[in-house]
Amino acid sequence: MSRLLRFCAVICLARSFVGVCAAQDFHVPDSAVAGAESSISTTGSGKGIFYLVGPGVSRKSDIVLGEEVQLAAQDLRNAGDYLAIVCSGTCRSESFFVSASKPANLTFLVHPSRVPVALGDAVSGVAFPFDRYHNLVLAAENINFQLTAKGTSLWSRSVRTQNGVAWFRTASGKSAGPLQVVASLGDLNTPRAVQQVASDPCNLRITGQRTPKGILVQTEPIHDCAGNVVPDGTIVTFTATGAVGMGTVDAPIKQGVARAQIEVLGPTTISVASGVVMGNEIRVGAQP
Amino acid sequence: MKYAIPIILVAVTVALMVLGLYVTGQAGITVGVTKGSALHTARASTPDQAVTNLLVDVQRRNWDRAFADISSTSGISEQAFIQDWMGSNGSLLSFSALEGFDSRPLHATNDEAQFRIRLHFSTPVGPLEDVRDIHLIREGAVWKAVWPKVEVPSVPAQVVPVNFLRWDLVTGSADDEWGSKTVDAPHVRIISMNAVGSAEGAVVMGEVTNEDTIPAFVTVNATLVDAAGNPIDEESSFDKIAHVLLPKQVTPYRIDFPNLNLKNVKNVHMDVKASLVPASADPVIGVMNQKIDSDVQGKSVLSGDLLNQGGQTVNIPHVIASFYDNDGKVVWVSDGYVDRALLPQSSQPFAVEIPKALAAKVHSFHVVVNQFSLGKS
Repeated sequence: MSRLLRFCAVICLARSFVGVCAAQDFHVPDSAVAGAESSISTTGSGKGIFYLVGPGVSRKSDIVLGEEVQLAAQDLRNAGDYLAIVCSGTCRSESFFVSASKPANLTFLVHPSRVPVALGDAVSGVAFPFDRYHNLVLAAENINFQLTAKGTSLWSRSVRTQNGVAWFRTASGKSAGPLQVVASLGDLNTPRAVQQVASDPCNLRITGQRTPKGILVQTEPIHDCAGNVVPDGTIVTFTATGAVGMGTVDAPIKQGVARAQIEVLGPTTISVASGVVMGNEIRVGAQP
Repeated sequence: MKYAIPIILVAVTVALMVLGLYVTGQAGITVGVTKGSALHTARASTPDQAVTNLLVDVQRRNWDRAFADISSTSGISEQAFIQDWMGSNGSLLSFSALEGFDSRPLHATNDEAQFRIRLHFSTPVGPLEDVRDIHLIREGAVWKAVWPKVEVPSVPAQVVPVNFLRWDLVTGSADDEWGSKTVDAPHVRIISMNAVGSAEGAVVMGEVTNEDTIPAFVTVNATLVDAAGNPIDEESSFDKIAHVLLPKQVTPYRIDFPNLNLKNVKNVHMDVKASLVPASADPVIGVMNQKIDSDVQGKSVLSGDLLNQGGQTVNIPHVIASFYDNDGKVVWVSDGYVDRALLPQSSQPFAVEIPKALAAKVHSFHVVVNQFSLGKS
């Protein structure tokens, strides 16, 4: 046991002696860019070991003190904080920051994908510039947002990114159809499309007439308050109230018009609704 | 002495059995309530036995013998009789089985009798109950049922033009750029909600609408929360809702919390979920002749006729009705399955029950028809 302790003490003394002889120093880069080569200068003499620890990378290599340590572009692909460690007897460490390179990709999220026309603050978009290694570019950049419909510019604005994000919010247009939303940064353009759809029906009006099978009732062409045609498939509810009971039909709009055949005898009052929107009421007399 | 008590007990038992047989034989017409477990007898010498024989044979699907229990004056063919019980065209009845029955005499004379039978079917959508009145007549020494003629809708060969409206769903490929091809879920909204308590438990009901321009698959969940903010129970509307909502369509929903006292509930958290779903706008089903009336049992029911205005058979129609009070508040939601298929251009009657306590409150109503068709999702 005493021989083992003596051996350990000798090893410790030897290591501290070497450390004093080869006291090392090194300097990390002040500004490193993701995906670009860089170097770390060292002082001293003798051999040492270099460690690099960063986001998604850890590297160990033998170095000669007094010479520069080359950092390959591959080692600095990810932006963020890196730690450089040089060991030669004792270990010393320095940290440095690798920032994203210039924007190479613009990610653009637009919400919603479908929006009723003439709705305030209904369309929003958020853009994130990324470099070619998918690092978020935190440096402030000007991003242009532009909304166009049917070739006409509806709205545009330049927004400066903050912490790598730029966003906007605006009202939807007045006519149904595709709305193109583009985010631009330099040569980068990212288009997105929002489908503008008709809003609730407006001035829902019906006409009706007796037929041998009952009452044929149909709407006038159904539009929203901005004049857009309400899409086919929208349900219109016809309600007929007569002396012997009530009849209802949920009919879909087809080619802009909803129609239904209602079997009710006697004088009948017919009303119409679509969702929470009510239309006019008509009275149809009994079968002559 | 030690054999005296067993001998007395055996003697009394035998005497009671003999007495029982004698009394039953003298009664002639049974006037009690018969359950579905009653045994089949060879010849129905009483109307009670005739009803039991008929229903036991139907239950066993012994159609020849069941039809032999039907009076020839009925004027119904065996095929029509079988179809009346077995259903056709993929209707709910064709997937059902007669689980049991109760019969009760309404009146009886020496030559004819009237029975009310309550039929209990087991079906894929849960137990179904049907009430029918059977008229019986005595033919010689045997009682037989007079079966009403079944009116099977006769659909003539025809071409029904349909401008087929349909929404299909195309999912994007996996390599699409992030954020480039997302399609938002449909926008749906709960437009009314009402919570009521009863002896059976608490009920949350109301209406939900699809405000979007595309079809939506909708589910409504409710969580009951106590005064301390802890959830008591959570349930979904299950089948008391029309899950597929076309644009601007409104459906009632009802969520039952059995055996739960509403007095213990402080808050109700509603959650409506909607997802994109392929759908078709056809066939259109009209709801005609709707009226609130009393059925043969004196219960308040909303009855009417479903009219299929399209060209496709609806195998299992499902009716959901919301009832409103004077203020337009939903006070109850009822639903019921129609056990016959709804053929193109034809109609079928329906009836849904209104609780007795609420019948007086009901001022208006709204009926929605849900449809299940074989071969369609």
